[in-house]
Amino acid sequence: MNGDGLVLECRDLRRAFGDLQAVDGVGFSIAEGETYGLLGPNGAGKTTSISMICGLLERDSGEVVIDGHPLTTKSVAEKRAVGYVPQDIAIYPDLSAKENLNFFARLYGLSGVERKKRVDEVLEIIGLADRANDRSEDFSGGMKRRLNIGIGLLHSPHLLILDEPTVGVDPQSRNAILESVENLSTEGMAVLYTTHYMEEAERLCNRVGIIDHGKIVAEGTRRELIELVGQRDRIRLRATGNIEAAAQATASMPGVYEAAARDDGLDVLVDNAADALTGILGTVAAAGVSVSSVDVDEPNLEAVFLHLTGRALRD
Amino acid sequence: MRTALLIARKDLSIRLRDKSAFIYGIIAPLGLAFIFSFVFNPIQNSTFSAEYVVVNQDGGPVGDQFVGVLEGLGDEYTIREVDSVDDAKKQVEVGSDAFAGEDEVKADAAFIIPAGFSEDLLSGDGGTITVVGAASSALSAQVAFSIADGFASGYDALNLAVSTAIPEGVEVDPQTRGMMFGEAAQVPAPLGLDDVSTATKQLDATTYMAAGMAVFFLFFTVSFGVSGLLEERRIGTMDRLFAAPINRNSIIMGKALTSFVLGIVSMSVLVVATSLLLDASWGNPVGVAMLVVAAVFSAMGILAIVAATAKTQEQAGSFQAIISLLLAFLGGTFFSISQAGGLLEKLSLITPHAWFLRGLGDLQGGEVSSVFPSVGALLAFGLVTGGIAWVFLQKAVQR
Repeated sequence: MNGDGLVLECRDLRRAFGDLQAVDGVGFSIAEGETYGLLGPNGAGKTTSISMICGLLERDSGEVVIDGHPLTTKSVAEKRAVGYVPQDIAIYPDLSAKENLNFFARLYGLSGVERKKRVDEVLEIIGLADRANDRSEDFSGGMKRRLNIGIGLLHSPHLLILDEPTVGVDPQSRNAILESVENLSTEGMAVLYTTHYMEEAERLCNRVGIIDHGKIVAEGTRRELIELVGQRDRIRLRATGNIEAAAQATASMPGVYEAAARDDGLDVLVDNAADALTGILGTVAAAGVSVSSVDVDEPNLEAVFLHLTGRALRD
Repeated sequence: MRTALLIARKDLSIRLRDKSAFIYGIIAPLGLAFIFSFVFNPIQNSTFSAEYVVVNQDGGPVGDQFVGVLEGLGDEYTIREVDSVDDAKKQVEVGSDAFAGEDEVKADAAFIIPAGFSEDLLSGDGGTITVVGAASSALSAQVAFSIADGFASGYDALNLAVSTAIPEGVEVDPQTRGMMFGEAAQVPAPLGLDDVSTATKQLDATTYMAAGMAVFFLFFTVSFGVSGLLEERRIGTMDRLFAAPINRNSIIMGKALTSFVLGIVSMSVLVVATSLLLDASWGNPVGVAMLVVAAVFSAMGILAIVAATAKTQEQAGSFQAIISLLLAFLGGTFFSISQAGGLLEKLSLITPHAWFLRGLGDLQGGEVSSVFPSVGALLAFGLVTGGIAWVFLQKAVQR
């Protein structure tokens, strides 16, 4: 980690495959304990970007710095700081879960008691302690996915890179994986998480980079991205009484952009529904209106992506 | 090196579990060596024997001398004199009849020495011995022809010596000429043959088959190591290895080490097993060890080129099988190529198989140093092909 608390800094990464410019000037940074999401549709350049960040793939230009040290495909010591979980399951099917973990632990320099302890810990984390000695070929898809992630965690990396780790996973295993990733960032690990699932990015990531056609088109927290494209929260009140008066009173409140009366209630557009809701309910009540239900529609990253690129995430 | 050992250990552990290396490296070659040994041993170990009849209508010294030559051939030959040409031919016809009864008198060939044979020869007019061979005893008939041909060649040499000794213009009667022939025949031959090649420098059938099968399957066993690079790519673990804090060349070294260990273990087990179970005679252990190491090295080089240039594991498997079979055929794994002669024999020298088998043959009749040429050739194969493979593999581990 450098003096700014940054674990990863990558600048102006570029890589072309023939005529196809797969990655075109990607750059971002991740701090300790932060989970950064790279959100984009298939073919946007996510995997190529992280392949260069991990030192798997030569880059045409750009720079990757891990813990203050440049990382290239030929780096050895610098790669110890990175844990990599590829998109496709990458385990030895003929080996047991424990043997897979032991092999990669040794590869990352863990030995003796430390290795055994860490392997046991990871088996607990990924929930495979009771199947440790079974051949991984016999595991379900979800179990294989968890083992795939476990291998990346073994050496307690400063930066964990997960490339779409929930693709093809059943809902239960998916939730287990997401919980594991949430716990990792709370333990101080920097996490780079690529996905094309908007819900995962919203749930896990402190900041999100939206990538399309090899470029990061926008970056920030969820709130920053939503504000960037002018999207606002919508509060829908089902109410009876003098709705017109309530709408007029609400419209003049700070942070409220629009308040419109409907037959059965009123719609209010605000910057932040959570902050504004209490005040709005008070104003509406003061106007003599009785509220029977409240719905809040928050704009999501899907809407942001659509706004920025003109197409949906799953296109 | 630590990483290479780690990767090799993992690969060997996997290979032991899926039993493929065990089957290709030990079971298949040992089984085929057993089968071939049982098939070919009776052929090679069977004792040659022939029954000949001779009709000596001559009664002169040369005719008698030829009969004497026949009678002195050895225990494997049965020589019977008969009075008439018809009897002799009848016995040969019976010898050609596969359905002839066991109690019928039969012969593999008949020698017919005509009346006046000696007189004609000694007077310088020349003579003819007729050989009648049984159609079903081609080898024995061919041997009979060779015996007569050899006798005729010997007589030509004596005739030349006697004719040279008689001054030009001097008339010599047949009796004196006969005495001169007798004296010339007593002169020891200046050139002798010492048959070392067949007696001591040739592998027996069992050892040949065991060695042939061992080196043939070696090319399959060794492929399990080097083609592991393609396996890592197929199952996605190559990316994990690339992302790990290791030198990428150590991945190649690990695969090479796996091949080397599999090859050495397979060959060693086969040498010991065929020696104990089939009574194969591999020769001096030090010489055999040198040949085995060199053969494994050469197989690794050739198969590494295939693994480095193939796009998929399936493609590599097909190429490796084709190359292994082609080299095995050319190298005389299934039959002795030296008997084919000509272009095929020369082509065999481009295969490690031929050099391995040649080295073992040389070891049968010589010191350990007799394998040096074969070991050198095998190492050269390994170095050249391994060098080419290294260049391709460097590209394979860069992205």
